[in-house]
Amino acid sequence: MTSSHASVVSARDLGLTFNTGDGPVHALTGVNLEVKKGDFVSFIGPSGCGKTTFLRVIADLEKPTSGTITVNGTTPEDARKNRSYGYVFQAAALYPWRTIEKNIALPLEIMGYSKAEQQARIARTLDLVNLTGFGKKFPWQLSGGMQQRASIARALAFDADLLLMDEPFGALDEIVRDHLNEQLLKLWAATEKTICFVTHSIPEAVYLSTKIVVMSPRPGRVTDVIDSPLPKERPLDIRETPEFLEIAHRVREGLRAGHSYEEHV
Amino acid sequence: MRTDSFLRDRLIPVGTVIAILIAVWYVAAVFLNAPFERDTAARAGTEVTFAEILPRTMAQERPVLPAPHQVIAEIWDTTVNKAVTSKRSLVYHAWITLSATLLGFGIGAALGIVLAVGIVHNRAMDRSFMPWVIASQTIPILAVAPMIIVVLNAIGISGLLPKALISTYLSFFPVVVGMVKGLRSPEAIQLDLMHTYNATPAQTFWKLRWPASMPYLFTSLKVAVAISLVGAIVGELPTGAVAGLGARLLAGSYYGQTVQIWSALFMAAALAAILVAIVGIAHTAVLRRMGARP
Repeated sequence: MTSSHASVVSARDLGLTFNTGDGPVHALTGVNLEVKKGDFVSFIGPSGCGKTTFLRVIADLEKPTSGTITVNGTTPEDARKNRSYGYVFQAAALYPWRTIEKNIALPLEIMGYSKAEQQARIARTLDLVNLTGFGKKFPWQLSGGMQQRASIARALAFDADLLLMDEPFGALDEIVRDHLNEQLLKLWAATEKTICFVTHSIPEAVYLSTKIVVMSPRPGRVTDVIDSPLPKERPLDIRETPEFLEIAHRVREGLRAGHSYEEHV
Repeated sequence: MRTDSFLRDRLIPVGTVIAILIAVWYVAAVFLNAPFERDTAARAGTEVTFAEILPRTMAQERPVLPAPHQVIAEIWDTTVNKAVTSKRSLVYHAWITLSATLLGFGIGAALGIVLAVGIVHNRAMDRSFMPWVIASQTIPILAVAPMIIVVLNAIGISGLLPKALISTYLSFFPVVVGMVKGLRSPEAIQLDLMHTYNATPAQTFWKLRWPASMPYLFTSLKVAVAISLVGAIVGELPTGAVAGLGARLLAGSYYGQTVQIWSALFMAAALAAILVAIVGIAHTAVLRRMGARP
């Protein structure tokens, strides 16, 4: 097996049940999934389908209740302790009392990088997300899109090959989102990271991914895994091509099939 | 767009309120002190008109309610005209109270922060301590203060520390409550972020919980410093009235020196205002350094 096809995330019959006051909630059931090195995998589905939960299981922020999962060949806990992934949350989660560069320095301080190394990495990641010159600003002085880019820079600052992104652009308007999607693809090409990306936007999932995982709720499960035939080089107007629309159609069908409409009772 | 104007936004509204209060005070002083003048005149068998009574109501030695200018004259006399080391100087007494206030505030703030850190990080402490912290404040300080003074005196501790401990007893409470809330104020994703970095509890504390708690800390410190002063004054009441603003209040009430009581009260109010203002300035300075929105 060559290194470019090494498994980064491998889930076998994974399940997670939350015990709530209203009885058990099956957030994930029977999830089987392989994420290979260098993949861009999108998780798409309606609310409650377990896409965020699955990402949090990879990140060791939730513990599965059945099945097995490995991250970089180890348990999620060991992977977290090895600092092998960067996590981008729905909100930027920047610390408001730190400037942008100090926010990017946060993981570097915790992981014990030298001051000089911190400075070099701050400059490099600010450049990667097009925020050069904004390092001395405080988060509130930046727009929502810029804040989210800063949080991506923070996740890129240390040497993690896996990037976990939980609806990072969900709160942004469409124009900003298009722009950031384009930048994210460039960044992915430049850094050769493996990206797991949660979204509920079909165009976003199809535009970004090499692999699309369609999920459905009650119980949270994977209903379809689509390997995208789109080329790695993707200008924004690829979204009007028949290939793109065909994949989008298949995703939509997958979402519709998994949707039981039981909640309308 | 309107611009800030000190005259319009501060001086005129505040000045108007003060002017009204002073006017009400003068009227009250005249009516409360007039019966004494009438009684005196009646005993002497003379008739007095209101016009004759009016100036006398504002110049009594032991009025029921001294007129504002009498209080101001007394404050002036006991601060500017007396050496600060004199036992007749209000500055001397204010300093005695202030030193106990500051010591008690310091201990109280430190104790409050330590307890809050323990409560936030330890479930057992959270369950066992918090009810006691709240219960401690339901006991009237006037009942506790003499016992603290007496007990500490019995084991040979007297002077500044017992009074300071009464200040501590009052001032640690808002700091505990404020800091527990402050240290728990980080959002779930901010804490999750630390978890993804595999940060140690110490790193999570110093890089997230502590800075996040600063606005809460200063808000509670403002309350704490004001009640520290109250604690120090209350602590002086059972000490046999040797020195301090509390002693001035007590001595004034023993001998009917209402002017002295009122001037001590105003000194205490001024001290409290200055202390709260200093904490407020520190608050603004710290938050500005932390990049708060102006």
